[in-house]
Amino acid sequence: MDFKITLKNVRKNFSRLLVFDSVNFELTIGSSLAIAGKNGSGKSTLVKIIAGLLSPSAGEVIYQIDGKKIDKLDWFKYIGFVAPYLQLYDEFTGYENLEILARIRGLKNYKNKIEEVLKRVNLYARRDDLVRGYSSGMKQRLKYACALLHEPIVLILDEPTSNLDAEGVEMVWKIAQEQKKKGILIVATNEAEELQMCEEVINLDELKLKSREQIVK
Amino acid sequence: MLWKILLGLYIAIITALAFVIPIGFIPGLGERARIIFLHVPSAWLSVIAFFVSMLYGIRYLRSKNIYDDIKSVSSAEIGFLFCFITTVTGSIWAKFNWGSFWNWDPRETSIFVLLLIYGAYFVLRSAIEVEERKATLSAVYSVIAFVTVPFFIFIMPRIMPGLHPGSKGDPEGAGPVVTFKMDPNMRILFFASLLGFTLVYLWIFNLRSKSEILKLKIENKIYQEVQN
Amino acid sequence: MLSSIWAIFLKDLKSELRTRYALNALFMFVVVTISMILFSTAGEVVSGTLLSGLLWVVIFFSAMSGLSRTFVSEEDRGTVIFLQLATRPSVVYFGKLLFNFALIFGLNLFIVIAYLLTMENFKVKSFDVFLVGLILGGIGLASASTIIAAIIAKANTKGTLYPVLSFPVLLPLLMTTINMTQLSIEGATFSETIGHLRILISYSAVVIIASYLLFDYIWKE
Ligand SMILES: Nc1ncnc2c1ncn2[C@@H]1O[C@H](COP(=O)(O)OP(=O)(O)O)[C@@H](O)[C@H]1O
Ligand SMILES: [Mg+2]
Repeated sequence: MDFKITLKNVRKNFSRLLVFDSVNFELTIGSSLAIAGKNGSGKSTLVKIIAGLLSPSAGEVIYQIDGKKIDKLDWFKYIGFVAPYLQLYDEFTGYENLEILARIRGLKNYKNKIEEVLKRVNLYARRDDLVRGYSSGMKQRLKYACALLHEPIVLILDEPTSNLDAEGVEMVWKIAQEQKKKGILIVATNEAEELQMCEEVINLDELKLKSREQIVK
Repeated sequence: MLWKILLGLYIAIITALAFVIPIGFIPGLGERARIIFLHVPSAWLSVIAFFVSMLYGIRYLRSKNIYDDIKSVSSAEIGFLFCFITTVTGSIWAKFNWGSFWNWDPRETSIFVLLLIYGAYFVLRSAIEVEERKATLSAVYSVIAFVTVPFFIFIMPRIMPGLHPGSKGDPEGAGPVVTFKMDPNMRILFFASLLGFTLVYLWIFNLRSKSEILKLKIENKIYQEVQN
Repeated sequence: MLSSIWAIFLKDLKSELRTRYALNALFMFVVVTISMILFSTAGEVVSGTLLSGLLWVVIFFSAMSGLSRTFVSEEDRGTVIFLQLATRPSVVYFGKLLFNFALIFGLNLFIVIAYLLTMENFKVKSFDVFLVGLILGGIGLASASTIIAAIIAKANTKGTLYPVLSFPVLLPLLMTTINMTQLSIEGATFSETIGHLRILISYSAVVIIASYLLFDYIWKE
């Protein structure tokens, strides 16, 4: 299978605030992209646009399988997403959150998958506790479980290691390595070390400088 | 420029004629029937304006072009103004014809609902800060509200007796448009007035949306200069 | 698709049963409103026709205090993205619609029982007309309220805005259902109200279809 994500001249502005302009790249299976930039440079905005949570103000994002465009409404099937602003249902347990997600997604034989993924993020022992009682690191782990449950082709991580302990950070690196073998990895981060997770880097600060130079010219 | 002067003259003549033209005798209404030359065209104008507002709303949803939103609001504002004028003129007239300012006649109710809908529409807009969100949500609201309005045409005759000229009580039946028999004079002036009001609408609409778009452009320019 | 809608419905139901966020408040709301009517009409003979209107006033305001919760809570807690990443917008819409159907049926049942027990002059003669009006009215009410809840969840002044936006949209429905309830008190036969039924059914159909077509625009920015 041939899977491809293309961004063509993507621009985003919130009313008058221009966040970025003419973002272009192409990702296929096996490729990985780190998005760098200062706080407020638009990293989260860009990953939201890639995931289809936000619409670009101009330009387009294209998902393709074997050269055929995928309807935007179906992107969610291919995406796993971890971010600080993604919230889970805290009146449910960790297991219930995953079960709800599996049912909404319509996954088959989800019981085994849930157990597998819970073990992977090391939450199996606490699976029946309410998320309300989780520490922020545990919540972050549960988000990884949610993102990996349907074995997505595209894994998008915004601030991947926030709130995690040393062992958690190691887990993230392992997940990232495995994802790069099977699919596409996109990481938005402002930590230099985490940029190493990916082969390619796009720096939104530099992009801004470049587009400003173009305007000056 | 010229056509605006001509339009001014045209409307002035219609207004003058509305008071003096012989309209023949209409049972139960008499001279009071003259309201038709101004009141009904205002109602017509406000309905067109609301409809145009909704169309631009739908267009905004597809294009995400903020100019479409500006046009949509401009038209809604004009519609609201004329809806208000229709209500006030109608209710003064009702005082003299039916004895009280408000009677919950089907058409009074419909216009009241339009006022409520667009009142709510403006309240909704003022409660959202982000421009895109404001534009999207108010467009969606106006479509949802608009699709429910036609139900009144079916509901009213079932539930309420009509007082309005041209409604149930009248021999001509209860169509949505007033349909009593008109003198030829009256008919011509009425349609001339409809045309005049429509042109007035197009003019105000153009002016309003143009000025709002210019305002936005200037604000953007100032913002950019401050940034650099 | 259908199983996903069902899953969303179950999630909301389970969440509601666990948190009792809307249920308890709604229960008290109904009790308070009905007591209010009883106090303000104490010692007076209130006609059945007037009581029919008041019944729908109670239903409308109870709905306005409960039906927005399904969207507003997702928005307030930031779980919207969880759903956006899990399924199509239309699935979310129909799941929430289903939940609001369930909520309004429970609510109406409770209100009507409380009403029949406390209002002496509220004597329903044609139960079929009354029941069908109540059910179809509830469906229509939930249909319009659901899409408007989705709209106000994204605005700043959610609580006060909700009835303001809903009322004009619901007015044709409320006029019809109030009239139907009045007819049921007066003892009208079922066949006399076929016209009303047509209006109620087509109202719900039109609103649901329009909502389905427009929901995508509200759900994702
Ligand atoms: N919904 C929004 N409305 C208005 N401005 C926003 C919105 N979301 C983000 N921004 C602005 O866009 C810029 C980029 O934000 P973000 O993508 O969160 O940055 P990062 O993730 O790189 O720290 C910031 O200046 C922020 O204030
Ligand atoms: Mg960020």
